[in-house]
Parts: sequence; C-alpha cells; structure tokens
Amino acid sequence: MNNTYVSRVGLCVGITLIAAGAVAQEGNMERGQAAAASCSACHQADGSGMNVPDGESWPRLAGLDADYIAKQLHDFKAGRRDNATMATFANMLNDQQIADVAAYYSQLPATQGQGGDEANETLLARGQQLAERGDWNAYIVSCQSCHGPGGKGVGDTFPGIAGQHAGYIHTQLTAWKNETRSNDPQNLMGAIAKRMSDDDIQAVSAWYAKQPASADQESTQ
Amino acid sequence: MITCPRPLVLALTGCSLTVGIGISVYATSVLAQEERADAALNQLVHEPPTMEDLESADIHPELKKVIRYGHDLFTNTQQLRGENVFNDMNCSSCHLGEGRVPFSAPVWTAAITLPDFRGKNQHVNNLEERIAGCFAYSMNGVPPEYGSDEMLALSAYHQWLATGAPMYPDKPIYGRGFPAPEEPTEDPSYARGETAYQENCSICHQENGAGHYENDEYVFPPPWGDGSNNWGAGIARLETMAGFIYQNMPLGQPRSLSDQQAWDIAYYITSQERPQDPRYTGDVAETAERFHGRSLYGQTREHDGHVLGDHDNFGEKGDIKPWNVGMPRFENLSEE
Repeated sequence: MNNTYVSRVGLCVGITLIAAGAVAQEGNMERGQAAAASCSACHQADGSGMNVPDGESWPRLAGLDADYIAKQLHDFKAGRRDNATMATFANMLNDQQIADVAAYYSQLPATQGQGGDEANETLLARGQQLAERGDWNAYIVSCQSCHGPGGKGVGDTFPGIAGQHAGYIHTQLTAWKNETRSNDPQNLMGAIAKRMSDDDIQAVSAWYAKQPASADQESTQ
Repeated sequence: MITCPRPLVLALTGCSLTVGIGISVYATSVLAQEERADAALNQLVHEPPTMEDLESADIHPELKKVIRYGHDLFTNTQQLRGENVFNDMNCSSCHLGEGRVPFSAPVWTAAITLPDFRGKNQHVNNLEERIAGCFAYSMNGVPPEYGSDEMLALSAYHQWLATGAPMYPDKPIYGRGFPAPEEPTEDPSYARGETAYQENCSICHQENGAGHYENDEYVFPPPWGDGSNNWGAGIARLETMAGFIYQNMPLGQPRSLSDQQAWDIAYYITSQERPQDPRYTGDVAETAERFHGRSLYGQTREHDGHVLGDHDNFGEKGDIKPWNVGMPRFENLSEE
C-alpha cells in the first residue's frame, strides 16, 4: 500500500460522507420543532406563513416536501437563491438543523392559502386555464404538467403550489421572469415564467391560493 | 394603411391574415417569427382553434359537448385505462399542447390529409383508422370501435381543430410531424445519449425511464419500459424520437438541445426495451424484416449484446390482440 492508494481511499470515504450528508440527511421532527423557533416569527408556529398584500409574503411551509424545503435552505445559504432575510436565517442553521426543520414543516398539516379572494371570475378562469391546460399560443405549458394534478407537487423537485399564498406565488414567478430567482433545475420554471404576462402571474397566483393543498384539506372543505 | 382607399385596406387585411397567422401563433416561443413568416409563403400555415374558441363558436351545442369530450379523451386518455389503453400515456404526451402545436405532430393535419394510402398498413386509411393505429401502438392498447362514442368524439376534436384549413392541401403543411434535426456530426452514441438523458431528461422521466405517476395520476410519460408505447409506434423510430426531442424537449424549451444531443438521447431511448409490437410473428428477425426498417428493433445492443424486441412481453395488455392490426381492407379491389 502506498501513499497514493491511501489518499485515494481517504478521498473516496470523504466524498461518500459528503454525498450522504447532502442527500440523505435524516431529519428529526422534535429537533426540527426546536430549531424552527426562529422561523415562526414569519412562517408562524403552524407553518401557515402569511399573505402580505403589497409586501413580502411569507410562504406556507406546512405540508411541503421536506427535501424541497431543505434544498431551498441550502440554496439561500449558498447564494443560489437570493433573499436577504432568508440568507440570514438559513445561515443560522447547520446541515442537520436544515434537515430537521424541513422534516418538521413537511409533517405539519397544510393550511389554506390566502390572497385569492379578491380576484374576479375572469381572472380566476384565466388562472385555471393556465394551471390546468396552459396557453400554448404563448408556449406557456400548464402548471400541472410539472407540479402535478391539482398543483399538489411532484417529488422533491416540483413543489406543491395549490393552497400557497397568492402573494408568494406572485413574487416568485415575477422573480423568475426578471431572473432574480434561478435555482430551478434546467431553467424549467424560468423559461415559462418569462412568457407570462403580469396578468397571467396574478391570475395563476389567485387561482392556486384558492385550491386545496392536500387531499385532507379537500375532504374537510 | 389608414389613408388607403377602402379596397386596398381590405386586400392588405386579407394578406395580413394569411401571413399574420403564421407570425402571431406562438409568437413568444423560441421558434423564430421570421421562420413562420417565410413558411407562410409556400406552406400551409393553420392556426387551430382553442377550447376558448369552442365556447364562442357558432355550432350546435350537442357538437360542442362531443368535441369537449374528444378533447378530454385526448388530454386524459388514461380514463380509458384497462379498456383501450394499457400503458401510462395520454395522446397529449407526445402531441403537445392538446394536439395543436406545430412540430409536435399537430393532429388536425390527419383530418385534412386522410383518407389516403398509408405505407404502414398498405391500404387507404381514414381518420378513425389512423386514430385506431395510435391505440394499438402508441397506447399499447385496443382501439374503441369505429363509430363508437369515443371514436366519434376523438375524430370530432381532430376535425374541429382543422376548422378553416383546406382539405387535401396542395402545399406542405407547416409544423407537421416531428421533423428530425440536421444529421449529427458524429454517429449517435449510446454512452453520450445516456449521459445527456440523465442530465436533461431524468428529472421528470426518471433515471430508469419509468416516467412519473403521482397519487395514481399521470404526470410525466415514460419514454421506455412497460408503461411506454410499444415497438410498433412511430416514435419508436430513431428519427421520429430525435425530432420529438429536438422540437419539444425539455418541456417549455423547444430547440434548446443541440442536434447531436437530440440524436444521442433518441438513440439511447430507442435502444431500451418496450412492449412487444402487436404485429410480432413470434420471431424477432422476421418481425424486424417485415415492419422495422427505421427502428432499432431486432438489432443487437452493442454494450450488452441484448437483441432489442426479442421477448414476448406485451406489457399490461398481456395476450389481448388489438382488433385493427392486420385487418384486411378493400379485398374486392385487389384485382384492379
């Protein structure tokens, strides 16, 4: 055994550990609840967030996919997703705490989105069209073609958007459109957001805010 | 234009309609506007109506209902699962944008070019028989009966999309089919294709090509495997798959991959297994000889020696035979 071999083994072990840490970190709900104390000022104790008209809305985290939440927190820390407030709070969390808070919020029951109630019928109809069928004349593919039936999310890549606050959806789509958010894989969201008019963004935000986020919620409505 | 005498205004309006359609349709897509304007000069450019147009159309309300049903079957063909459909696909999995989008094999073209002779089954097909072919191959299923509610509704949707387009056009149709990209500089490569697939496609279609069902509902179609189209489908051919990918993928970003990437990914995908061709004779070499001039069916995969299509796995439909495959037609005319 020579030094090269040893260092190669060391490198392999190191890479394995890093990979395991990044991909398969187990989150713990109880620890997550404790670590989430600093999040609740905005995202609320029940993870419902808040729709803030004409301001920065705080997204509902309750019921979102854990790996999706974790990725966003890592992206805030690394600067891949730009938000001054979240960069500060994400930087207070280590990798384990990120996994913990992500697990915690993902287990909370989803709450209803806000901010869609003022929308008129025409706007909601346009929102539903974009959500379910898209507008291919403008090469806008439907939201549900990636975010899944009912916009309830697909895996850890495509977050649930049904029942999210209108203000938050609006801000994010606008950010993609203006290229101030670009942490989506392969520009899948960015390419489409750029083809959406401001009215389109408003329409789809209002529509999804009014939709049930989960099957449970659907049955209690 | 405002100061022009009235007849000239009309003439210009007429002209701008012809060319303008080409320019305005999908104007914000990356498909260049100039291309459409040029195309309009010597090709048939048709803008199919939308489902919003249907609501305001001056046609019988009963017809609207049937067209809506046809649209619903087209975009949610999974509702026929276990009856006519035995894989994880919808018509709109490949015919994007509800069958309206150019370069994504827009389906209204079938309504104005059929009946016509079809090389695939060596006789004259009408629209229903063409749709039946999709069920037998692309949906790995069994078509609804000719004249059935489902078949009529699907045909009605196709024909209504063709509203205003000339029957048997004397010009090539703009955006028809899945036009293949330019021949690649290098021969398509399985290894390069695999890398490009995993980088560009697997986030939706999965590393193993299984696509994605979420809560028992369709999300992303499987490009290969039991849930995909069978070996007899048009898109099992390398050039058709290359065309589909180049013109349409990743979703929302048409023509963003290079020609080479599109061919490589297509080669990788069409080198995977899928349900057996319903025309299978029991012998892969014979079936390849008779039906597979342009797919990799029957060929030996280089990296593992697997002969593509050498199996009797017909997918979920098992030993059910689609009734339309091999159905003889016009036998009384065969002497002429």
